[in-house]
Amino acid sequence: MSDSTEAIEKHEFDVVVIGAGGAGLRAAIEARSQGKRTAIISKSLFGKAHTVMAEGGCAASMGNVNSNDNWMVHYRDTMRGGKFLNNWRMAELHAKEAPDRVWELETYGALFDRTPDGKISQRNFGGHTYPRLAHVGDRTGLELIRTLQQKIVSLQQEDFKETGDYEANIRVFHETTITELFKADGKIAGCIGYYRNTGGFVQFDAPAIVLATGGIGKSYSVTSNSWEYTGDGHALALRAGATLINMEFLQFHPTGMVWPPSVKGILVTESVRGDGGILKNSEGKRFMFDYIPDVFKDQYATTPEEGDRWYTDADNNRRPPELLPRDEVARAINSEVKAGRGSPHGGVFLDIASRLKPEEIQKRLPSMYHQFKELADVDITKEPMEVGPTCHYVMGGVEVDPDTGMSIVPGLFAAGECSGGMHGSNRLGGNSLSDLLVFGRRCGKSAAEYVDATASRPVVAQADVDAAVERALLPFSSATEGGENPFQVQLELQKTMHELVGIIRKADEMEMALKALQDIATRTRTVSVTGQRRFNPSWHLALDLRNMLLVSLCVGKAALERQESRGGHTRDDYPVMDSDWRHILLVLSALGEDNIELVRKEQVPMRPELLDLFELDELKKYYTGEEIGGHRAGEAMK
Amino acid sequence: MSYDAHFRVWRGDSEKGELVDYPVEVNEGEVVLDIIHRLQQTEANDLAVRWNCKAGKCGSCSMEINGKPRLACMTRMSTFTETEVITVTPLRTFPVIRDLVTDVSFNYTKAREIPSFAPPPDVKPGDYRMAQVDVERSQEFRKCIECYLCQNVCHVVRDHEENKEAYAGPRYLMRIAELDMHPLDVADRQVAAQEEHGLGMCNITKCCTEVCPEHIKITDNALIPMKERVVDRKYDPLVWLGNKIFKRPGA
Ligand SMILES: Cc1cc2nc3c(=O)[nH]c(=O)nc-3n(C[C@H](O)[C@H](O)[C@H](O)COP(=O)(O)OP(=O)(O)OC[C@H]3O[C@@H](n4cnc5c(N)ncnc54)[C@H](O)[C@@H]3O)c2cc1C
Ligand code: SF4
Ligand code: SF4
Ligand code: FES
Repeated sequence: MSDSTEAIEKHEFDVVVIGAGGAGLRAAIEARSQGKRTAIISKSLFGKAHTVMAEGGCAASMGNVNSNDNWMVHYRDTMRGGKFLNNWRMAELHAKEAPDRVWELETYGALFDRTPDGKISQRNFGGHTYPRLAHVGDRTGLELIRTLQQKIVSLQQEDFKETGDYEANIRVFHETTITELFKADGKIAGCIGYYRNTGGFVQFDAPAIVLATGGIGKSYSVTSNSWEYTGDGHALALRAGATLINMEFLQFHPTGMVWPPSVKGILVTESVRGDGGILKNSEGKRFMFDYIPDVFKDQYATTPEEGDRWYTDADNNRRPPELLPRDEVARAINSEVKAGRGSPHGGVFLDIASRLKPEEIQKRLPSMYHQFKELADVDITKEPMEVGPTCHYVMGGVEVDPDTGMSIVPGLFAAGECSGGMHGSNRLGGNSLSDLLVFGRRCGKSAAEYVDATASRPVVAQADVDAAVERALLPFSSATEGGENPFQVQLELQKTMHELVGIIRKADEMEMALKALQDIATRTRTVSVTGQRRFNPSWHLALDLRNMLLVSLCVGKAALERQESRGGHTRDDYPVMDSDWRHILLVLSALGEDNIELVRKEQVPMRPELLDLFELDELKKYYTGEEIGGHRAGEAMK
Repeated sequence: MSYDAHFRVWRGDSEKGELVDYPVEVNEGEVVLDIIHRLQQTEANDLAVRWNCKAGKCGSCSMEINGKPRLACMTRMSTFTETEVITVTPLRTFPVIRDLVTDVSFNYTKAREIPSFAPPPDVKPGDYRMAQVDVERSQEFRKCIECYLCQNVCHVVRDHEENKEAYAGPRYLMRIAELDMHPLDVADRQVAAQEEHGLGMCNITKCCTEVCPEHIKITDNALIPMKERVVDRKYDPLVWLGNKIFKRPGA
């Protein structure tokens, strides 16, 4: 199986989008609309990307349910949720553009749930001041991805009418995994991957590539993420010379299923709490009232009575603490379980049965009802659910220019979960789906503009192609040398990350993790697979492992470096949030296949008029004195 | 609580294949997909299977379990006795690629043949107004996770390769119904449903409805009403005129 005999299928495009979730599809729609020949590539079948699993909704300040909502309120909520470490420019663009992106989906055929006056209905979610999430029951992601998928089909139908070829301008390569990006003269030139079905290689020459590959959760034992989430985009970017930021911030969603073992980690949507669900410990206590942190004291109810009144009269009451940002709720659950007040299977109780009528539950949360009934034999209209934290979302990702989405590598763009900055140290629920649409579109547009500005197309070097093919086939030749089974190595990696770089972190444990990862790195290079190349999952995993490893190293290194607790990064040895760390970004780049370099970088200070959207008292909780000298309140006193 | 089950899994490709017997451990609360994964991690590393969400949301893990089209991630082991032989085979209506993975491109081809949503030309984004009761009918069909179990089971194509050309199958006939019932869609879809997409070939046996993991009433709520609309259209010029008048953009 030497590379010289390897036949490689070749294609040429203007823009190649890697990833067919919300971000990738929206990017492709935009690139095609700007007249660019566009390819969409995905590991699983078209329409099955992770986005399909999103449940709760898509945040956009349309103000349909509470007319006080607007982009500024959404912006403030997003910055607070991220503990002010967010790239504020991305948060600003996101808050401003999300409503238009959601409305646009209706013109593609989306059918969201409605308000009584026929507008798009919006629901409450953690950290959002007003009901803000456009939704369809608890299957919003399905609606989003299907709508975008169908929009792509409609564009293909237009092209068919004009040219007789559905794929004239936009072509989907599904069940195709990209393993390497290529550059020429420092600029993006193309990429290579394999068809899962045949095991054959396929090369794409293109001056612009948009990464939209999603997250990294598969590096953890307990996760809501599927096999696809092996951090491919993160690793591809690193190997191409781009940088990652915020990799220490992982979102552990507070409510994953904990029982039976085979479904451990599967998500229980936050809508359960948004629609009235409450958390209780084994003593029957609504414990979240004990966990309201100082920075949020003014915004959350202090008694169950007030919290309950909020559902019907939000203007005159504060919200219940079950709706605190996810990092707070996850830590609280973790503490309750540690203190011995957990449920029988090591979680806590999430109760909606005593809060809503059975018909109401089935209507608002149909897929949760279904999921518990069929997978756990629990009728959520009658009994509480058992839930606990699960690795859910990575805030970190490719460092990009906020307006264009381009990384430091010319021609390489990133959008969606694989990009970094927008969510700071913690993402608010519902802010991902809107992020996909806003920055997917922006990346598609800037990729098209980049192509227009490129005079000559960079040419992929044959030597790079040969090297990539050789690396991809390595697990087959290792087989003769008796390397390990990739499933075994994956389990080890997951266990290491879960136990040593999990929800609560300590320096010595992380040092152990980094050591263990060094060992796993050696084993990853020599895993071996048997069988043929056609749809061989052990080969696929052998290649994904390499990405999981590189990304895990980034998480471990950055988490060890950041000596404070903030959002999705909690240090047992540095339990408080430290203003001196707020403005520091940890930037990671790759030195070879399994070595990572970390440098510190200063955040760009927030534009004054955005800073003025906050009260000085609130900013003081996050910022150092010098940083907020220019605030309107301070200026007025001068 | 754990026991060894007897699994019989189809292994092979488009040319040849056979059922292979595996004794395999089963633990409390597991589903068929867990067992397939255990085989993958142990004695059958290269066993090909599709899956993503493991929670019945993505429609990837469709296969036939003891001859019944099912989602492997939603089929609990507790529905079988400990001594039962559990036979797992790929979907029968589509060509096998390898093991439990089939070539489902038929469905993508059909999806592309159904004319897309036709938005009302004079309603701006943000101005769409629809009542909940009016969107609910189409919303039921939009719950579809595209598992293709209905496409696999429908007898019009299950053992009749020759019908595939002319027949969209329940999932895509339902897509036409969904768009036809969309409160703001302006296209005329009824005659084409019958004449181009094969609605007439469906003889309402409801097998599709029975296998749908989303419990969508495909036959009763999509196919039969669609057939009625077609009949009305063909024989009642007044209904036809009414449809045209009341289906104005923004109405
Ligand atoms: C259970 C669950 C519920 C959620 N609920 C919500 C919610 O209610 N609201 C919200 O805002 N967010 C929610 N999220 C988060 C949100 O769904 C994700 O962050 C988002 O969908 C990610 O979208 P994406 O477009 O970035 O990537 P994805 O949708 O994950 O798509 C990634 C794509 O990249 C492809 N890909 C990856 N690697 C490669 C490679 N090497 N080669 C080729 N293709 C590749 C994959 O095949 C896939 O097509 C939820 C997440 C989960 C897991
Ligand atoms: S009802 Fe129609 S579409 Fe459904 S299985 Fe029967 S013939 Fe096929
Ligand atoms: S209609 Fe039901 S059975 Fe058919 S593809 Fe959709 S979800 Fe599957
Ligand atoms: S794995 Fe998604 S439906 Fe079974």
